[in-house]
Amino acid sequence: MPTLSEDPQSFVEIKQINKTFDRIVAVKDVNLNIRKGEIFALLGSSGCGKSTLLRMLAGFETPSSGQILIDGEDMANIPPYLRHVNMMFQSYALFPHMTVEKNVAFGLKQEGTPKNIIKKKVAEALSLVEMQNYGKRSPHQLSGGQRQRVALARILVKSPKLLLLDEPMAALDKKLRVQMQLELVDIIERVGVTCVMVTHDQEEAMTMAWRIAVMNEGSIIQVGTPAEIYEFPHNRFCAEFIGSVNIFSGKIAEEKPDQVVIASHEIENKLLISHGLIGNVGTEVAVAIRPEKIVVSRELPQEDCNWAKGVVKDIVYLGGLSTYHVTLTSGKTVMATQVNINRSTQERFTWDDEAYISWSPQSGVVLSS
Amino acid sequence: MKPHMSLSIMFFLAFGYAFLYIPIAILMFYSFNISKLVTVWGGFSFKWYGELLQDQGIIDAAWSSLKIAFLTACGALILGTVAGFVMVRFRRFRGKTLFSSMITAPLVMPEVITGLSLLLLFVSMDQMLGWPEGRGTLTIWIAHVTFASSFVAIIVSSRLRDMDISIEEAAMDLGAPPLKVFFVITLPIISPALVSGWLLAFTLSLDDLVIASFVSGPGSTTLPMKVFSSVRLGISPKINAIATIIVIVVSIGVVFSTWIMLQMEKKRKLEIESMMPSNA
Repeated sequence: MPTLSEDPQSFVEIKQINKTFDRIVAVKDVNLNIRKGEIFALLGSSGCGKSTLLRMLAGFETPSSGQILIDGEDMANIPPYLRHVNMMFQSYALFPHMTVEKNVAFGLKQEGTPKNIIKKKVAEALSLVEMQNYGKRSPHQLSGGQRQRVALARILVKSPKLLLLDEPMAALDKKLRVQMQLELVDIIERVGVTCVMVTHDQEEAMTMAWRIAVMNEGSIIQVGTPAEIYEFPHNRFCAEFIGSVNIFSGKIAEEKPDQVVIASHEIENKLLISHGLIGNVGTEVAVAIRPEKIVVSRELPQEDCNWAKGVVKDIVYLGGLSTYHVTLTSGKTVMATQVNINRSTQERFTWDDEAYISWSPQSGVVLSS
Repeated sequence: MKPHMSLSIMFFLAFGYAFLYIPIAILMFYSFNISKLVTVWGGFSFKWYGELLQDQGIIDAAWSSLKIAFLTACGALILGTVAGFVMVRFRRFRGKTLFSSMITAPLVMPEVITGLSLLLLFVSMDQMLGWPEGRGTLTIWIAHVTFASSFVAIIVSSRLRDMDISIEEAAMDLGAPPLKVFFVITLPIISPALVSGWLLAFTLSLDDLVIASFVSGPGSTTLPMKVFSSVRLGISPKINAIATIIVIVVSIGVVFSTWIMLQMEKKRKLEIESMMPSNA
């Protein structure tokens, strides 16, 4: 991974951060650069250290070693209440004994803002999140989605340099999530604030974030745009964590300019990949192919690479899409997703049909395992 | 409650309540007895309540009891809240569990031992430091605060444990320093627990006989001590009258604190219910 420390746009710099709790390593050698104005997601399963990293940005945890710079300022000895960084908590953490208005005004009061300005700013913040009619309510009279908006208004009213979101959708039900994801992004982009969010939900990260850092066991595995991470995963963990994937392990058989041929014992034909890679003939590699990039057909493919014969063992019908589980002669089962273009069911495959799977040389990605 | 309660269950229930409350009812009943003999009914009268008002000793004792109970409740509330807060919110350190359980020791310690040990402490402090000079209201207050704080600490810590810690963090995140967070956010949220803790400490102090007997001095007799010593000289219906008043005062206190706890519980239930995602 290239170091971006000289990146002029870099707004938050996380340098060699480590954090241990009672000898348990929560965050390990993390280096990250977050650009001004972007929405950045830390994605990982629970316990991967993403929340700890977020809490270090907020100042609730101090790094065991390393440095955090926000807008060029070292955060080492700055307590949470003096940082221009605000966090939206997973539970939203609204003050139950205060009305919505007082909740939003709280942060400004701490700064000693004059009363008339507080009033004006609170009204602005509430109308930004379309909650202007709920100012006199108390938090327990609001629905989950409304609570989230109030929590957001309470933070944005402080005009923070950096906005932190901890699992922003975790307290909402599924239907509301998709709607709120887009709304939240819309508001954040309108305000133009730099935002770091933490989530375990890959769809949420891909919907909301401009760039994603995939984390596992305290380390960052890969950083990139949603498309980069999905289409060009660096390693097996990323490929398997985001979306579904078919992985063939094998050895490099031939290396030509701009393409490489890989032999795998899991498939009878060779795997041809059209982008070059660094590696000698005989090196063990893994090839990842996404299910939607595989075509299932009855006709024998004409190429001499990138196809296999198999039997349809399982069909997952999802309406718009169907995923076929095709078992190859080697015993390996490959998932292939097809769009159901035709309404008629007769042209489609059924259980125990013989079928050929094939894909283009651009579809495979070589992983470092 | 089930709609059809069997007769035998009704009987046991009645028996249980009778066992608890008939003695108190009898005591209260005879406080209105005109006769000087406690157990012989001579007719209804407020005579003994009138005499009670004439008895300067009892009035002084009642007054000093109330004063001590009030000050104890305030002192125990401060000390117990701080102790409870530290027990729950302070970061883990070696021996934290030991310290936390040591706070609750006065709950299980026999009062005789607490009283005696405090007496020895006060005597030796008096000899070595010259403070507290002799024993009296001050020493009773110190002793009562000591044991009542642990009750307050338990009530406060259990409420704090239930409280969402991210509310405090959010306040800090929005720019409030820790001390301000404690006064502006934490205290208002746990206020029902503070009220019931204060009332409990007040009642405990008002009831205490054993510890007060050990650490009191010549000029400082509390009401329970006064009652106990006059019973030893012979039972007078006046005692029934004073007991009736104590029972009424304590009952009001208990009912009031229970009511506050219930309200708190109801409100919290409402909050929890409305926090459910299905309600969104």
